[in-house]
Amino acid sequence: MILKPTPFHPRTSVLCESHAWRRWSGYLAASSYELSHEREYHSIRNAAALFDITPLYKYRVQGRDAARLLDRVVTRNVARTKVGDVLYTPWCDHRGKVLDDGTVARLGEQLFRLTSADPNLRWLEDCAHGLDVDIDDVSEQVAALALQGPTARAILMQLTDGGLEGLKFFRLTATSIRGMPVEISRTGYTGDLGFEIWMQAEHALAIWDALIEVGANYGMAPAGMFALDVARIEAGLMLIDVDYVSARKALIESQLSSPFELDLAWTVNTDKPSFVGKEALVAEQARGPAWQFVGVVVDWDSFERLYLAVGLAPRVPIPAWRMSVPIFSGGEQAGYATSGGWSPLLKKYIALAHLQSKWAAPGTSLEMELTVEHRRKRAIVTVVKKPFFNPARKRT
Amino acid sequence: MAAPYEAIVIGGGHNGLVCAAYLARAGKRVLVLEQRDRIGGAAVSEQLFPGFTFSVFSYVVSLLRPEIIRDLELPRHGLHVLPLESTLTPLPNGDYLAQWNDHDQNRRELARHSLRDAEAYDEFGRLMHLMSRAIKPILGMPPPDPASLLPRDLMGMGRLGKYFRDLGAERFHALHKLLTMSSADYLDEWFETEALKATKSASGIIGALLGPRSPGSAYVLLHHYMGELDGVFRAWGFAKGGNGSVSTAIAAAAMSFGATIRTNAPVSQVLIKNGRAVGVVLNDGEELRAPITISGADPRRTFMQFVGAQHLPNELVDGIRRFRFRGTSAKVNLALSEAPNFTCMPGVGAHLRGAISISPSVDYLERAYDDAKYGEFSRRPYMDIILPSMIDPGMAPPGQHVMSIFAQYAPYDLKGGWTDAKRAAFGDTVIDTLSEYAPNLKTSILHRQVITPPDIERMIGLTEGNIFQGELSLQQMFFLRPIPAWARYATPIEGLYQCGAGTHPGGGVMGASGRNAALTILGKMK
Ligand SMILES: Cc1cc2nc3c(=O)[nH]c(=O)nc-3n(C[C@H](O)[C@H](O)[C@H](O)COP(=O)(O)OP(=O)(O)OC[C@H]3O[C@@H](n4cnc5c(N)ncnc54)[C@H](O)[C@@H]3O)c2cc1C
Repeated sequence: MILKPTPFHPRTSVLCESHAWRRWSGYLAASSYELSHEREYHSIRNAAALFDITPLYKYRVQGRDAARLLDRVVTRNVARTKVGDVLYTPWCDHRGKVLDDGTVARLGEQLFRLTSADPNLRWLEDCAHGLDVDIDDVSEQVAALALQGPTARAILMQLTDGGLEGLKFFRLTATSIRGMPVEISRTGYTGDLGFEIWMQAEHALAIWDALIEVGANYGMAPAGMFALDVARIEAGLMLIDVDYVSARKALIESQLSSPFELDLAWTVNTDKPSFVGKEALVAEQARGPAWQFVGVVVDWDSFERLYLAVGLAPRVPIPAWRMSVPIFSGGEQAGYATSGGWSPLLKKYIALAHLQSKWAAPGTSLEMELTVEHRRKRAIVTVVKKPFFNPARKRT
Repeated sequence: MAAPYEAIVIGGGHNGLVCAAYLARAGKRVLVLEQRDRIGGAAVSEQLFPGFTFSVFSYVVSLLRPEIIRDLELPRHGLHVLPLESTLTPLPNGDYLAQWNDHDQNRRELARHSLRDAEAYDEFGRLMHLMSRAIKPILGMPPPDPASLLPRDLMGMGRLGKYFRDLGAERFHALHKLLTMSSADYLDEWFETEALKATKSASGIIGALLGPRSPGSAYVLLHHYMGELDGVFRAWGFAKGGNGSVSTAIAAAAMSFGATIRTNAPVSQVLIKNGRAVGVVLNDGEELRAPITISGADPRRTFMQFVGAQHLPNELVDGIRRFRFRGTSAKVNLALSEAPNFTCMPGVGAHLRGAISISPSVDYLERAYDDAKYGEFSRRPYMDIILPSMIDPGMAPPGQHVMSIFAQYAPYDLKGGWTDAKRAAFGDTVIDTLSEYAPNLKTSILHRQVITPPDIERMIGLTEGNIFQGELSLQQMFFLRPIPAWARYATPIEGLYQCGAGTHPGGGVMGASGRNAALTILGKMK
């Protein structure tokens, strides 16, 4: 096979009734298992959804200077973390433009796991110059699942021997599932109560089976990327290559984004002695970003009117779209949306958008382009604060 | 001293709550008075057995108006409507008919029964879609009275007239048929598979003392498709937490706008001074005053109990007397130790996440009705079943289930009257009938609740146990609901309004009556 199966493939391929697969970092990833992704989506918000997230890149960073290396690379403060902490963080090039984003988990005093969307081994090694640290690409050895949704904790508590009950948001615990060692972090890409389970690839199938068995009584469904995409938009979480272009791939200046322009100011720790891109970021912080990454909600009445005008009932985008859609303020282009779709939970048409700062304040009314019966139209949209959905159970 | 409230709503059913929420949203000080210890009326969830939550009465959201979901921001207040994926009709010969959401899956299944029906299905769906689009705007407006010469009615009729003109011949003819035919006859024009015709025609008999061959039952078929129109809003589906969460979300919205809700507050009458409603009296004698009183209870209770015939014109009293209730629907709610295992489709699967309909043939339904015509309950009842815990795992402990069985016919006027023994016998009949299709059912029952029409009347005050606050038959709809001159939420008593399902557009967890009433009242308050 040219596209790699993940260690879960013997199970996921049988379950994938839709035969709808897509690529994810050269792996096969299910778009949806059932014929429609609808129930998979609702499982995230109503019960639990099980995702194979093995295609993430994973690096083991170990040694006396492991924390120093990571602090050199990422924008958040790694030195201050304790064992069991997980950080979500972007990292930048020297211009302060985002290269990638991912998580840093502190597995031990001198042991970390970095996950990322793109390969980063060369970048890590280059940044490690002169440091006492070992960097291993463990992407293939470590398999990973995400179990997301309100019943996720109850399912895992049936299977693990402790550590889960009090596990806080963005904390990680080492435990075992039916005797197989795993690390479970309270993290995810859905904005809901959820966990990610990290395991050695040889245990993948046994752990999958255990989850399927116990999850059956908790409404759990294996879920694919269509469902995940809707949930992550509701959660206001950006996606590389969709919502932003990595500084590694950008061909022109305007394709670059700083963390400030991606609504990630909270991840930029300018107190740290030094890290890649710091000077540029300090300057930008003083200046204020030219662009902002915000949520927009489509005004239903204006949307419906466009359809009624041609004699149709409104048609909302299911599943979510990923493309660049212009947003206007009268005659001027205020920015563009990069992902959007219908939120079955919120009953709203929502999108993530890049807007020039002067139009980015919550409450601003703008217009988004859409195509109705082959004709370009504009619907009214309102700028809102992200996330669109943020249930208390995510943190409690 | 100014009255502390500008409006009092009698009854915390979902329509009363919607009405209160809209009034409060417009800045009015509103009080809702509910007789029970909980709000919701026929849309209520209760933990009747430890760990098991029952949607005691209504069990699916059918036509909850999208504009209400938006205006009141119900998702933010906790409403999450989950899809119902399919309808399974088990057949006596061990086979089944399934209707699936997925087009290809559905077509393949129908083709197993009839290639013609598999083709007709889409065309039927298309026509019903067009029809329900034509009808839909009527739900959101107070019905114009065709016999009236008031400008508002003439304008309303004018708008309606334009709708009908714009329908074109195809749709106009279909509409005429839907308004005049029986659902069985109408479906005969389209399909040949018995179980398909029966299962579809069942939506025309829900809540009414009508059979699938009774004229006029076809129209209600449309309501089914109207839900589909609002498909993205999931106006048709299962509310997480049971149907009570529709009510609690509306109540939360109402309170967020400042409305006050009092439970355990049964109203005995509306206070009338000089022909004007000035407030209400509770059973314990407490008087509460407000310039506007709105009843969310059904028309008989509103006019005959709260107001009293002495305050009302004769035509109205006659009209209310003639307004048909005749409840025929019962509910059997079960707590189960395991999922039912249907012989026709063994195991736990997607079919248990949808509706299960005991409607193998039109004859079966018509015979069930025949029993009721002569005052008996159906020996082999029609049933519409869902397993809420298969959709929302929070409804029952892990691995166990709740089953909601809506059953017909159990006529309010049972020959010899309802007794505890008759109720138990009806419960047994339902379970025996269902056990023929799912044999493990009987041994897995942990708890059972049987609710007959008199129980519905006693528990939530619905006259004669009619689930829609009055039959949803054509002679009682639109400008005829509840009676011709008073079909626009107002009453002959100044300051008194109606907002329950007994007004246009009628029953179901739809909220339209409550909203239309509130908008009418706000229009007058200006
Ligand atoms: C068994 C059953 C199954 C059903 N299934 C469905 C379904 O699946 N889907 C669907 O869409 N619809 C269904 N329906 C119909 C639907 O539930 C009703 O039409 C709808 O809920 C009516 O709402 P309402 O607010 O108009 O009236 P109600 O819910 O009847 O509310 C009236 C309220 O007034 C209160 N009240 C009455 N008298 C007094 C008094 N004197 N003082 C104070 N308060 C008083 C009552 O307690 C009640 O809370 C079902 C109904 C029943 C009974």
